[in-house]
Amino acid sequence: MLMGCSDADDTAGPLDGVIYCSEGDPISFNPQLDTSGTTSDASSHQIYDRLINFDPLSGQIVPGLASSWLVSKDGLTYTFQLRRGVKFHQTPYFSPNRTFNADDVIFSIDRWRLPDHPYHEVSGGQYPYFSSLGLSNVIADVKRINGYRVELTLKQPDSSFLANLATDFAAILSAEYAQQLTQAEQQNRIDMFPIGTGPFKFEKYKKARFIRYLKHDNYWQHDLAVERLIFDITPSSSQRLAKLMTGECDAIAFPAHTELDTIRERADLKLDEKPGLNVGFWAFNTSKPPFDNPKVRRALAMAIDKNTLIEGIYLGSAVNAKGLLPESSWAYQADLNDVNYNPVMARQLLLESGIEDGFTMNIWAMPVERAYNPNARKMAELMQNYLNQVGIQVNIISYEWTAFRERLKDGLHDSVLIGWSADNGDPDNFYRPLLTCSAIESGTNRAMWCSPEYDALIDQALTYTEIEQRNHYYRLANKLIADEVPLVPIAHAYRYRAHRQNLEGLLINPFGAIRFGDVQKQ
Amino acid sequence: MMLAHVIRKFNLLILTLLVLSILSFMLVYLFPGDPLVNLTGLEDIDQETYQRLTVLHGFDKSYFHQYWYYIRGLFDGEWGLSFSSGLPLANEIAQTLPASIELSAYALILSLLIGVPLGFVAGFQHHKTTDYGLLTASVVAYSMPIFWLSLILILVFSLQLGWLPLSGRISLLFDIPHHTGFILIDIFFSDLSYKGAAAKSAFYHLIMPTASLTIVTAAIIFRLTRRSVIEVMSSTYVQAAYTRGLSGFQVVMRHGVRNALVPIIPLFGMQFAVLLTNAMIVEVVFSWPGIGSWLIQAINQRDYPAIRAGMLAVSTLVIMLTVATDLLAKLINPAQMGTAHAES
Repeated sequence: MLMGCSDADDTAGPLDGVIYCSEGDPISFNPQLDTSGTTSDASSHQIYDRLINFDPLSGQIVPGLASSWLVSKDGLTYTFQLRRGVKFHQTPYFSPNRTFNADDVIFSIDRWRLPDHPYHEVSGGQYPYFSSLGLSNVIADVKRINGYRVELTLKQPDSSFLANLATDFAAILSAEYAQQLTQAEQQNRIDMFPIGTGPFKFEKYKKARFIRYLKHDNYWQHDLAVERLIFDITPSSSQRLAKLMTGECDAIAFPAHTELDTIRERADLKLDEKPGLNVGFWAFNTSKPPFDNPKVRRALAMAIDKNTLIEGIYLGSAVNAKGLLPESSWAYQADLNDVNYNPVMARQLLLESGIEDGFTMNIWAMPVERAYNPNARKMAELMQNYLNQVGIQVNIISYEWTAFRERLKDGLHDSVLIGWSADNGDPDNFYRPLLTCSAIESGTNRAMWCSPEYDALIDQALTYTEIEQRNHYYRLANKLIADEVPLVPIAHAYRYRAHRQNLEGLLINPFGAIRFGDVQKQ
Repeated sequence: MMLAHVIRKFNLLILTLLVLSILSFMLVYLFPGDPLVNLTGLEDIDQETYQRLTVLHGFDKSYFHQYWYYIRGLFDGEWGLSFSSGLPLANEIAQTLPASIELSAYALILSLLIGVPLGFVAGFQHHKTTDYGLLTASVVAYSMPIFWLSLILILVFSLQLGWLPLSGRISLLFDIPHHTGFILIDIFFSDLSYKGAAAKSAFYHLIMPTASLTIVTAAIIFRLTRRSVIEVMSSTYVQAAYTRGLSGFQVVMRHGVRNALVPIIPLFGMQFAVLLTNAMIVEVVFSWPGIGSWLIQAINQRDYPAIRAGMLAVSTLVIMLTVATDLLAKLINPAQMGTAHAES
């Protein structure tokens, strides 16, 4: 068969540009406002920079807009030395009169930190990433030392603080642009017509169709970026693959697991895979009887065969999860004990806890595909079978995604199949949002599990910077999770991205959003 | 006589549009939710704005008043806002409708260029092999569901051969300024440095959607023409012309072509309605950013103002075109009533 010898869409001819087929519409172009990957993909690394960055290869924190930084001995004061001469985007709607300086840093942090900041309530006033970590309460003050030096003071030491500043969500906005918008009384434009210092500037967005970016000619870091970057919004994964095959897209988001072999077989396409910093799990609503009983939760965990789930749902593209953390994390505990599949024991434990045959519970299955769980509905159906064998009737429940998350936050579920993708390499990014008491309020603790003992361990771990000491507390936390079983970790999935052979420099960023800054097309 | 006919058609047009506008106004009430919200497309409005809008749209008065304000708004281009994008519907439709018209127009022109001559060939060769061959081909083309045909084209020409792109109107790398909404015209009158490349890309993107529409539509036009030609050729005046000693060619040119075409021109006009419906399906398959994919998206997202305005726009267009082709047919042949007359 003659396949892929020519590109259907080499008609673009003289135009230099990269087209990325993305999976959906961003909510805005400000990553501070949303934790969804779609929003940060479209903004974080294209339009903005951060003070510091993760190196996608080593996971080390490297300088960004801050050329260097200093942490005081007591771990309370962080001083950032800022780069000079960094230019903001020049667009038809904004012409910068000055380069980047301390005011922009202060504006960007104070916007989410201070509820009375003039821009706090613009675009809804929700900053889910920062509020799930309680960061507004950690920072005591952000001070300008001089035009190119900023000092952040914390209330208590927090060894994950730098990692949080390097996440996709800690974008640096332009204070001058905000000021101009205030004068024109058009504050709400700030997140839909964004201005940043990143390698691309925003040009045009048409909902459900495309986002266009142009090269930022005065990008401070390099001059490598392609002239045009386009996000072709294509929600169907088979359509994305088809466009990749014809060359209408240069790279695509989330290839379906069933399509991976098709991509591998073609010489003109390339499939990148990498173990992801994520975990898919089955969380019990511990605020609801009988799921408030650890014995019942353990019994349910024993009733399902995780290996079959992983084979059937992830098609071998995931590893069994014993705890919250994947193997690539430095705090991964290799000797952690897994709960084994044992339906006989499960039944006995259930009977001991007073759960009779014919007990009915519901499993909520999320309606969207995510790397950590590509098909929650099918997984729920498999689990329905397993639980049937120990005498439990299961109803599978699903709503449209936004409604689903709202109802979960209200705790209307018995149990849910969902997961978590980390935003930075720090273990705290798993332990804190998934199971601490304060995360119930911000809507990331799906188990509704609140244990002061666990919270204390997680907080204590942050007061140390040495890895061994932090590990000690995380091991204790792991033990607590294993004893209490607020959730059953199921799998750490690989992350995939497919692109055409002629595209170079597109790395899978384990710490979040896609980066096109140094992508080249041959 | 002619004037009377034009006036009569015009009255019919006005009356139909009136009924359509009433229907679309009724949708405001028939769709779930607050009628004022369905009308304006403004959700989450505060009490003060709500009061202002109530007065502005006559919602404090009778239905008749509301309808009157609604019509006035339609003429002023105030069609309300889309729920999903928050943009004025008039603009959205002005952007998407030309894309559909463009696609349909090319397909119609091609279908006429293919269907009419082939219809004549088959008609003149009635009961001969050519006729049967063409008729069989037309039945096949006519019976294929258009979305299936489109998918087959994609499978072959995009995925297997890799010759043609499968989505959109043009490679997204090109940013063509929107003036008329007809992409080839917009490219032609733009001052871009890469006009040639852009036109080539737009042309490549046009091939498959146009082809699938043309295959189905040309088959219908072929069948209409063929039937008409057969009827004309077996009529008494054609037989008479032969007996008067005119050659076959003379008969066809003097009596055949015109008399066969006149009765079916209004039918071509009606095909445009079918064509536009087909175009909407094709648009979805090829992600063509026209009114069809736009409307389907609006229906999926329960964007009531968009559904209402989109339906009104499409049906208005179809009616105007039907009436226009009808008048055109009248111009060609003022004495359309009764049997067609021979020219001698």
